[in-house]
Amino acid sequence: MAKEKPKQATKSNDSDINLKGTFISVMLVGIFILVLWFGSYALFLSR
Amino acid sequence: MHLHKFEKIWLVFGMASLVLFLLIIGFAAFWKGTHPQSHIETIDPQNVEAHEAFKPENLGLREVADGKYTVNIVASAFNYDFGTDADGKAVKKIRVPKGSTVLFQITTKDVVHGFQVAGTNVNMMVEPGHVSRLETVMKNTGEFTVVCNEYCGVGHHQMFATVEVYE
Amino acid sequence: MMLKNYNFPKKDARLYMSFMYVTFASLLVGGLMGLLQTLSRSGEFQLPFGINYYTILTVHGVILGLVLTTFFIVGFQFALMGKTVGLSDKQRKWAWIAFWTMLVGTIMAAVTILIGEANVLYTFYAPLRAHPAFYIGLALVIVGSWIAVFTNFRQLYVWKKANPGQKSPLLAFMVVINMAMWFIASLGVAISVLVLFIPWSLGYAATINVLLSRTLFWYFGHPLVYFWLLPAYMAWYAIIPKIIGGKLFSDSLARMAFILLLLFSIPVGFHHQLTEPGIDPTWKFIQVVLTFMVVIPSLMTAFSIFATFETTGRRLGHKGLFGWFKNLPWGDVRFFAPFVGMVAFIPGGAGGIVNASHQMNSLIHNTIWVTGHFHLTIATTVILTYFGIAYWLVPHLTGRRLTPRLNKLGIIQTIIWTVGMTIMSTSMHIQGLLGGPRRSDFSNYAGGEQVQTWISYQLAQAVGGTILFIGILLMIYIFIQLAFFAPKGVQEFPIAEEEVDAEPTPKILENWYLWIGITIALILFAYTIPMIDIIKHSPPGSLPFDWPIGRS
Repeated sequence: MAKEKPKQATKSNDSDINLKGTFISVMLVGIFILVLWFGSYALFLSR
Repeated sequence: MHLHKFEKIWLVFGMASLVLFLLIIGFAAFWKGTHPQSHIETIDPQNVEAHEAFKPENLGLREVADGKYTVNIVASAFNYDFGTDADGKAVKKIRVPKGSTVLFQITTKDVVHGFQVAGTNVNMMVEPGHVSRLETVMKNTGEFTVVCNEYCGVGHHQMFATVEVYE
Repeated sequence: MMLKNYNFPKKDARLYMSFMYVTFASLLVGGLMGLLQTLSRSGEFQLPFGINYYTILTVHGVILGLVLTTFFIVGFQFALMGKTVGLSDKQRKWAWIAFWTMLVGTIMAAVTILIGEANVLYTFYAPLRAHPAFYIGLALVIVGSWIAVFTNFRQLYVWKKANPGQKSPLLAFMVVINMAMWFIASLGVAISVLVLFIPWSLGYAATINVLLSRTLFWYFGHPLVYFWLLPAYMAWYAIIPKIIGGKLFSDSLARMAFILLLLFSIPVGFHHQLTEPGIDPTWKFIQVVLTFMVVIPSLMTAFSIFATFETTGRRLGHKGLFGWFKNLPWGDVRFFAPFVGMVAFIPGGAGGIVNASHQMNSLIHNTIWVTGHFHLTIATTVILTYFGIAYWLVPHLTGRRLTPRLNKLGIIQTIIWTVGMTIMSTSMHIQGLLGGPRRSDFSNYAGGEQVQTWISYQLAQAVGGTILFIGILLMIYIFIQLAFFAPKGVQEFPIAEEEVDAEPTPKILENWYLWIGITIALILFAYTIPMIDIIKHSPPGSLPFDWPIGRS
């Protein structure tokens, strides 16, 4: 980003927000995308 | 503006997946030559017979070398012209042995059509003024229905043929 | 400035509601056509009165894909602008002109289709030739939407002048992004219709350049789907957080996602033309790469949404890894309907990546997989979010309340939709992989085993389609209740606020010259050379064809 800002110590913004559930959720989405894509590609190659 | 640590990991993971997909299809396309059908050759849609491949006597299936075939087709609403057989009847089914290399060449005399050998990767748009051309190896045996998969008018769903790949 | 809980002045509310009436009338008409299609394709029923399958297919696509969406979006966006930056008397007048222009165009096109003079489907590919009134009607819809575009631009401009140095309200920013994208994209289809189709359909031009017309259409066609999606994203980013009792996750990230969507939605049209002759495959691949770039803002959106849910839930005291998820307001249809839409976007988006994967496109191109795909994206993700908006927007505009009974009916409606669409879309995806074509009336083709397998899935689609139509009837009932009969009251217009200690949004995100400049540069990069190729190597043009679509 053009305007990346240095982390501000005063902010409660980052690491202490607990986003573990979010992380697991999005990774599951990512795995779904990978599985669908490679499955489709395998089907494409087999034809 | 800054991102949460997990969001960074997620975006890196996501973008890496996209790059991986692109590398795979890019490698297959540019090094192995498996681009989607993109033949660059124009033709007069009102006079397709002027093109060697689409002369009436050249339509249909021809073995050009051992295990290598060419299929020339003229599409029109609502029919695929695969030429005629020995009795002068319109060909509606072609047969090739498994593992043969088949070059499909097709054009249209009128509107836009599709040409898909359903269940295979032979899937092309057919547009007036252009020749669509795709070479493929028929890997699997079976009876495959050729369907027009681009809307071409009220008889669109009656436009079909069959490709049989035998052992 | 933000009068969230106060209703609009009557004359503003009447304007916004006019768009909603057309939206829901379109839903009923278009949905009925969808039902007839699935029944007809099952092979068990025949259309009555000799109605042609392709006539109803054209009505379905035009009314739902172009009319319902455009009217809802323009109306919803006007309401957002009115709420966040205000609407002057003069602007209101222009908004009405936009409405009537679009409506006249819609009626012209619809009548032409219904009398069987435009069986060309919503993509109207040349050289099939519809009656000129069809093209002129479509052109009016687009011109009308442009009036809305410039009215929205003006609204934000006036606000900016009155509030120097302040960042624009997030929703107003998002509306302007969507309208900027829509305007730049619809130039393509406008040129195609005005320069190529209308003169040719009237007989002033003898022939048409088919590939050029298609390329101009798809230059517009992909941003079109993002034009549908962005209002849903607006609700996900800036409205849903309020409904679940939270705050914006990040104003900057939301703006960043919208900017990326603006940049990468347009220079990607070739991914709809991957199997076409006459286009250099290298340029196709370049646009495939750009298409993959447009996935990134959606990845960001996925994270933002989950993070909004999690931070809100944790703040409300829900513990554990997924306690926040369990305690989302599942009983609130304003949340539940859009939530199902979000879930549908996971297979919808993932399927989209498969579709755009260059040579892999030939696996599914023009098969009914594609129909299944966009019934997840537009007909579930987008439409359920629109419904989710309507549940509060309509009563807000009519000075009524979403009662617990109507809320419950909404939940039932969403469940019906989910069940119907799961059946219909899944069977479409499978049938597509088996090679079944889209946009085709029932046919046994050459018979045989392969076709038999397709037909069983078409039966499943008829079941799904019937369930969906029940869902549509219920939605229409809810709409009529909210518009005319629900008890008087005040329904909140939910707009999420930033955290008190939120980081300031970088100014560069509002540098319109920069972002529109990059957008245009990307378009020029992706299209200039292939366009020159297409024009330079054009074949003899195509004469018009009337008879294939049943015109004499």
